[in-house]
Amino acid sequence: MNAVVEFVNVLASKPDAVSGYKSFTLGSFTFCRDEYFAHVSWTTRSGKPMSHTLDAGNFLRALMRDVAWGFFYGWVNFDAVIGTVNRYESVDLYAGSYNGTMKEAEIDLLENFPTAQIRATFEQMLDDWTNEGFDPFAAPQETGSAHGRKRGNNTAKVTRARELAKRCVGLKGDLAMRSDTSGAPINRAFADVPQEAPELHPEPGFENDVHAFNLFAFLSRSQVTWNPSFTSVVKYSFMCPTTEEHILPIIHGNDRVEWFFQMCDEIHWDCGDKNTGKPLARVIMKAGDMAAMPAYCRHQGFSPKRSMLLVWENGSPTLAYEIQNGKSPEIPVQF
Amino acid sequence: MTAPKYHTKFGSLAHFEKGGVQSITDDVKHYAFSNCFDIASRARPFEKIVFGQNQIYVLETIRAEGNSPWYTCAHDEFALCMDGEVEIHLIQLDADQQVRDQTKNGAVLVIGEPRGQPMGWMKIRRGHQAMLPRNSAYQFRAAQPAVLIQQTCKGELSIERWADICQTA
Repeated sequence: MNAVVEFVNVLASKPDAVSGYKSFTLGSFTFCRDEYFAHVSWTTRSGKPMSHTLDAGNFLRALMRDVAWGFFYGWVNFDAVIGTVNRYESVDLYAGSYNGTMKEAEIDLLENFPTAQIRATFEQMLDDWTNEGFDPFAAPQETGSAHGRKRGNNTAKVTRARELAKRCVGLKGDLAMRSDTSGAPINRAFADVPQEAPELHPEPGFENDVHAFNLFAFLSRSQVTWNPSFTSVVKYSFMCPTTEEHILPIIHGNDRVEWFFQMCDEIHWDCGDKNTGKPLARVIMKAGDMAAMPAYCRHQGFSPKRSMLLVWENGSPTLAYEIQNGKSPEIPVQF
Repeated sequence: MTAPKYHTKFGSLAHFEKGGVQSITDDVKHYAFSNCFDIASRARPFEKIVFGQNQIYVLETIRAEGNSPWYTCAHDEFALCMDGEVEIHLIQLDADQQVRDQTKNGAVLVIGEPRGQPMGWMKIRRGHQAMLPRNSAYQFRAAQPAVLIQQTCKGELSIERWADICQTA
């Protein structure tokens, strides 16, 4: 059967005569950028004009994750004001709806869009607003500036496919190991990570069953930050390791319990109420530490040095609804 | 002047530092904060101690020391070595020793000596992750204490002692 091709009408302006960037309209929201900032504007329910401004680099880093992760699980807060909620067949776009003060002041706006429509708009915005030399997935020290007037693009870097193993990295027909020849040199911060492969001694015929790989070497060659891959899969249990440096560009709001296992170095997490942003806790994680993020929280990580984090996800398609219906708890375990 | 090189900090049984939850208004128990080296340092060999749980799925910390029993499981599992060196020996288990209920979650002990065709073995060290294929029998062998993290489903061998392993205040 031929794939269904979705034709989505993206509302974009002509390039601005000075900055060179297009503006985009999605429902009642308007997005435009200038040399330094992304501006989001909307009309409140009482008819008042309202706006919000973000640094262009920070906006693009957040937009990159939202696009690449297919709107992820639950809330992708770009900052304390704007973001998206994945409803899995559609996506909410909001401004102020999960900010306690703005919600109370009734100046927030939330609109729901078919996933294809918001995805196409975000993809075009990301491509148009990302200049050559700026990679939104890279650590700040490893990329150029997002600022300035429009100059070229960086389409290859903003259209990377997520690396998702079906069973395990390195198996025949599955996600391949990273290497110099695949364009994945060892990152400067992981030059001391041992690269040797496990010893494998399969009997004839069991070469694809007696299998192990060097996960830390695999991660040492990641070219991106804050972008989990799948490396091993047990039913809907997904090992999603990732390398982290600087700040998680989004504030992730959970619609399920999410677990973090810190494999090296350290990350500091700010945790807050997912509906209001009210601070709840700080979680300091060092090598070997495990912590859960409850389904009622939003969290943002700070990694002083590039580190390896195992994000462990339950990807069950029914889990978010089970939490909403009270059939699955918001906290990881009771004791 | 050349800048100092980066040093990647790993933990081990011999040396680990724990972070922790700094509560502002929340209950620290809701974060189920623990540390695999801390757990393994206080565990008996091959106890499968759950330190991550999400519905039927778990991550277990295992202190590998000496030879483990032979295990089998109806679904794939994975073992990540966080410290030390562990051999994993595999046998393609005869059908009559496989888990009868193929929907059963978690590892079980093989009853009696495992029978079947040897599949081979592997040796993993820190950072290496091994596949434990469904319906195989597997045994861990560690000459010195080592730490494994097992990705699996909660089963009859899984041990929960959350109050002992997690930060509570």
